[in-house]
Amino acid sequence: MNNLLAVTETILLFTTIISLIGISISLLLLLYRIITGPTNADRAVALDSIGMNLMGVAALMAILVVTTKFNDVILLIGILLFIGTIAVAKYLEKGVIIDRNMD
Amino acid sequence: MYKPNDLILRTTTSLIAFILLGFSIYLLLAGHNAPGGGFIGGLMTSAAIVLMYMAYGSAVLEKVLPINYRLLIPTGLLIAVGTGLASFIFGEAFLSHTYGYFHVPVFGELELATAMLFDFGVYFTVLGVTISIILSIANDH
Repeated sequence: MNNLLAVTETILLFTTIISLIGISISLLLLLYRIITGPTNADRAVALDSIGMNLMGVAALMAILVVTTKFNDVILLIGILLFIGTIAVAKYLEKGVIIDRNMD
Repeated sequence: MYKPNDLILRTTTSLIAFILLGFSIYLLLAGHNAPGGGFIGGLMTSAAIVLMYMAYGSAVLEKVLPINYRLLIPTGLLIAVGTGLASFIFGEAFLSHTYGYFHVPVFGELELATAMLFDFGVYFTVLGVTISIILSIANDH
């Protein structure tokens, strides 16, 4: 029984580390897209995806450091990501973020 | 000049703003025993209001939420100072807080601390400052 628990913890640790490595590679590729994006919309989408990957990093770190205190942070990153992406999209489309009256 | 259609943005905003407001109230009230508190609660509420401003425009929002956000700053500061000054009534030092156990109809026995009132003051101050900054930057012509 004790042996099984140790095996499960080892599997969980290795899975988490492998997922962290995968997310790191994804973050590097997205950074490449941000640096050499032809248009600004490419950079906005890449920033959005970087935020989603950061949510994954926060969740994996919450597994590594055994805690539940990071769950609020994950939700917070998602919300800020959404608002930031909407602000960038409105700026790219209209030039203003908060407009006076929208007819 | 084409006319933009923001139907998807407005529909998702009216759904997500409620989730944001609920999450901000949760963060405000959970600050005693968990991550959170008045500062991040106020920031989340201002994020919800800014999202509604971005989706609906400031003319609609001034009709829906007729709040003078500059007045929230002295209100929050007065609440925070008031919790500090109220400890003089009981003959204690400035800003000394206390707690007690109360019976609330739905939730049962609750531990209520006066530090929560101070947190409400922080909440209103942060909300007023953030929205005032964003609106005064957005409204220059």
